[in-house]
Amino acid sequence: MKSYSQTKAMLAISKASLQSIMRSPSAVVFTLAFPLVFILVFGFIGSGNIELVVAVMPQTQTNNLFYQTLETDSNVIKLHKNYSTQQIKKELEKGTLDAALAIAENTDGTLQIQIQTSAASPDKGKLFGTIAGSIIDKINVSALQTKPAIQLSQTEVSGRPYKRIDFILPGQLGFSILSTGVFGVAFVFFNLRQTLVIKRFFATPIKRIYIILGEALARIVFALMGAAFIILIGWAAFGFTLINGLLTFLTMLLLAALGLIVFMGFGFIVSGVAKNESTIPPFANMITLPQFLLSGTFFSISALPVWLQPICKLLPLTFLNDALRLVAFDGASLIEVLPQITGLTIWGLLVYMGAARLFRWE
Amino acid sequence: MQSIISVTNLHKQYNNYHAVKGISFEVYQGEIFGLLGSNGAGKTTTLEIIETLRTKTSGTVLVDGLDVDNAADEIKKIIGVQLQAAGYYPNLNLSELLHLFAGLYNHQIDTHAILKSVNLHDRAKAKYKELSGGQKQRFSIATTLINKPKIIFLDEPTTGLDPQARRSLWDLIRDLRKQSVTVVLTTHYMDEAESLCDRVAIMEGGNIIALDTPQALIDQLLASGFDPRREVKKANLEDVFLKIAGHSIDAV
Repeated sequence: MKSYSQTKAMLAISKASLQSIMRSPSAVVFTLAFPLVFILVFGFIGSGNIELVVAVMPQTQTNNLFYQTLETDSNVIKLHKNYSTQQIKKELEKGTLDAALAIAENTDGTLQIQIQTSAASPDKGKLFGTIAGSIIDKINVSALQTKPAIQLSQTEVSGRPYKRIDFILPGQLGFSILSTGVFGVAFVFFNLRQTLVIKRFFATPIKRIYIILGEALARIVFALMGAAFIILIGWAAFGFTLINGLLTFLTMLLLAALGLIVFMGFGFIVSGVAKNESTIPPFANMITLPQFLLSGTFFSISALPVWLQPICKLLPLTFLNDALRLVAFDGASLIEVLPQITGLTIWGLLVYMGAARLFRWE
Repeated sequence: MQSIISVTNLHKQYNNYHAVKGISFEVYQGEIFGLLGSNGAGKTTTLEIIETLRTKTSGTVLVDGLDVDNAADEIKKIIGVQLQAAGYYPNLNLSELLHLFAGLYNHQIDTHAILKSVNLHDRAKAKYKELSGGQKQRFSIATTLINKPKIIFLDEPTTGLDPQARRSLWDLIRDLRKQSVTVVLTTHYMDEAESLCDRVAIMEGGNIIALDTPQALIDQLLASGFDPRREVKKANLEDVFLKIAGHSIDAV
């Protein structure tokens, strides 16, 4: 008789597990739909441009050079004409309007321009004042036909534009990997144990470690398919930057795999600690939610309080997100993200030491 | 008769509960052997120790000459195990589940033939949870057939089944014996043991209190001057039910 192959048995589990995952709506929703929705949302609203909403007061004189320049020159300013004075006051207070503009012609033919800004939107109000001021200056200078004392010349260094998707996508990818790893593994091992599926496996010649490896392999394949899908959608539909093309894509997948292995360790711990099915989500959320907020998934860690930042920088998802962003946008190689890889690996060692103690078979 | 399972002075101690108290018995090749007893008598514990799923406290257990202490992996290759309560991988259909077990046993299988042998060939695309109680048990037995085992263990295979489904399962178990497979089963239905088993061991409180063929045990009782409380009629209510409700496998 042929010798028994543990690998063959392991692959049978991987295949079954993968078939099962693909047919489980929650796994597909968490791994694919959830991050995609965020990417779609940020992909559409996240052009990164500032927009100034300015109301034009009733009885404003619009037949003048200032107004026409304002209307045509700037794609930042959106002028709205049909507001009543009362409405303008209300909207300014709420901050939905950034400023209001009134233009009146003096009896000598000069223009009187009035700008009203709001404490609810101070930055944008100031910006509008600056833009209006520079237009006025230009018109005044040409009207006086004098030589200006100072001339400004501004040039732009050509660079890769850092789009919002370049920040959002790696964060979403990292978070998708985190939740697939933690929730997926926690539920699957808890359920296999609870429904005695695993006990039936024990009655076959497969060794226990190969059961784990088989399940883990299925999760990795599924999550990487998800990751590839997310990256490709981001790249094709929203111009996500893959600086070195295919190499960058593959490096990202490799990092995703490393992250997933670490995060699955948390899943093994949760499946061991949870007493019943309803305690899995709270345990798993305790691991995923803080990282969702603190690991630069939606906004940069630098936006957080200074005292919190050192802690954030040590979270495993931060290491993964940072590495993904460095690789995707800056074209960093695996060696250049070694600090992040090391951080993740240390987390991996700690987590699996805990998992070895807490994981239960029965 | 050649022995295929040999249990000697087996003990199992859970913390402060002595579940199995030094039992010894042999199972012969090709027979249907029944472990009888009420809940908590130690049947399942004994079975799972022989199946290498549970460790023993002391004693010797040999399965086809292999010791459970050092040849558990070899034993698993030659036995088929149906657990009292087993689950199967969610979201997979019967045919896919059989393929999974084929991989786990490293055996090539013809899923259709296996499903046909347990009368489930028309449910190949069904999910396990969609099956009726009797079909579930028959499928569990199908998973034990994949590695063409020498011994099949069935833990309360007919508990909770209706009379027709039980009859259909008995036929299946008798078919296995015809293929010279040894069957070890537990049950607490005495009619089942009487009609199905070649020999039975009756367990009580972790001990074997009787071991013989069902007929020999009945004869011993009668010889001791047993007087049934009422006259036994030539048929019972189950016979009535089966006669009027039909004994059809396809119906279950």
